[in-house]
Amino acid sequence: MIDSAQALNAPRPAGRRFAARRLRLSPLTWIGVAMLVAVLFAAAFAPLLIRYDPIKTELTNSLQLPSAAHPLGTDNFGRDILSRLLYAARVDLQIMTVPTTVSFLIGLGMGSVAGYYGGAVDGVLMRVVDVSMAFPFYVLVIAIVAMLGPGLVNMYVAMVLAGWVAYARVIRGEILAAKSLEYILGARALGASDARVIRRHLLPNVVTVGIIFAMSDAVLNILLGGALSFLGLGVQPPTPEWGLMIAEGRDFLLTSPAMVLFPGLALLWVGVTFNLLGDALTDYLRPGG
Amino acid sequence: MGRYLVRRLLLLLPVALGVTIVTFFLLRLIPGDPAAMMLDNRATAENVARLRHQLGLDRPLFIQYLLFLQNIVTGRLGESLYYRSQVLPIILERLPVTLFLAAYSTILAAIVAVPLGAWAALQKGRASDQVIRLGVLFSLATPNYWAAIVLLLVFSVELRWFPVGGFGTTFGEHLRHLLLPALTIALSLVPILVRTLRHNILEVLRTEYVRTARAKGLRRMTVFSRHVLRNSLISTVSLLGLHLGFLVGGAVVTETVYAIPGSGFLLIKSTFARDYPMVQGLTLMFAGLVILVNLLTDVTYAALDPRVTYD
Repeated sequence: MIDSAQALNAPRPAGRRFAARRLRLSPLTWIGVAMLVAVLFAAAFAPLLIRYDPIKTELTNSLQLPSAAHPLGTDNFGRDILSRLLYAARVDLQIMTVPTTVSFLIGLGMGSVAGYYGGAVDGVLMRVVDVSMAFPFYVLVIAIVAMLGPGLVNMYVAMVLAGWVAYARVIRGEILAAKSLEYILGARALGASDARVIRRHLLPNVVTVGIIFAMSDAVLNILLGGALSFLGLGVQPPTPEWGLMIAEGRDFLLTSPAMVLFPGLALLWVGVTFNLLGDALTDYLRPGG
Repeated sequence: MGRYLVRRLLLLLPVALGVTIVTFFLLRLIPGDPAAMMLDNRATAENVARLRHQLGLDRPLFIQYLLFLQNIVTGRLGESLYYRSQVLPIILERLPVTLFLAAYSTILAAIVAVPLGAWAALQKGRASDQVIRLGVLFSLATPNYWAAIVLLLVFSVELRWFPVGGFGTTFGEHLRHLLLPALTIALSLVPILVRTLRHNILEVLRTEYVRTARAKGLRRMTVFSRHVLRNSLISTVSLLGLHLGFLVGGAVVTETVYAIPGSGFLLIKSTFARDYPMVQGLTLMFAGLVILVNLLTDVTYAALDPRVTYD
């Protein structure tokens, strides 16, 4: 099977340090940072920014066109679309970060142990990797949700069960490449314990690659979480979530396009933000890579 | 080549077994008693006991797994709780639609991605490369179900150029019905292809045979089309197995939005109908498909590139 992590596993100069390098950001990176600040601001201060309850329905007020009172109009239940949009930022950022972080940590643990010790542990992990790569990611996640039942927590469980393996594979490859570098051999020759070599020497180098991988994975996860909620398998109504809002707006596309348009733009916003930052981080952490 | 094939097939065995183990345990994820969950409101003690026996749930786990394997070999993947018949014929009936859609989107994506990827690589670092990279970045972040709804609104509802859903009966109708869905999937496949191709072309441009070809006086265009593009395309196509998983995922969402009677839509419908055996059967089928395509691409690749061996 072709290993798409090969590109990530290319050898690179050892001993580079973050702080030693001068921070010079491209204009695109600055745009990414500004976009990130905006979305974090929206999520953090959503309760203060919104003027209406994002959940309470007011049917007499439904499907209003944009006005001074409702800048983006109201949805079919008379809820202020802008308020729901801002509040959903909290839910969607959570969908992006929770499964990504948990998968990262599990993959980091599994990948480090397998890569460092090799042998049977590694053999088992690599078979698990091969098997998991045979399943289309969306299909596996949906199948697990189908068994567990729809809902936010079950969606997280499914995303992590299907997602950690990719991290383990990337981390293992990095550990294998780093293990034979001279400073690691040196540390071991000096009598450092396995735990110390992994923690102090291997992980800091390997985590970098994991973070780069996590940045693009985060975008995939927010799209997947939105898609599952859109399909009715993730976040359940009346919680505001962008994918779910798009699903709710489908039937009102002609009368109130804002219901579909803006949640989509919000997802696009976050996706572009993390793609920009991911690219910048890649350039910064491994120039020329 | 013969030895390669044998080893490749041997390596397939643990993966295939692993896939069956995962799909076997999928049903065990159902909280509580699977039989009771499957029967839902018809779950009398008697019914539950009968279904438990029918599913083999009253036997040891290992025996259950062996029975599951035996059933796979004989093509009995289980009985649908919704359709009340074997799942395999139903899946096989829908599968061609999904495969048609996958092939259609790949072709559309390639038509757009190959020139873009080549252009971006040749113009590396210049304005057009930056614009293409930015486009890649945007399309990677676009939710495909959202794009699907917008395309549907503009081209089917407003302009009435294309039908709103379905699959049609003739080949021409298939092409017309599936154009928007295929475009939707292509939209998310194009950025991946452009990225891979751009990267591969840049790699090939650095190789010595390209320098040699230039040095012996071949025209720039000849070198590019004969040597660079051809070699970069081969390594891009070899990722087809990886892309297939992606395509199927896209098909699940897209088929549902456009109401196309394919296996992806079937997966979603079965999920809501709590048709667990159908979900299990579909999962197994999709994994089998990925394994098969991976095998075919690897073998083709080995046949094309004599350097590929396991030694």
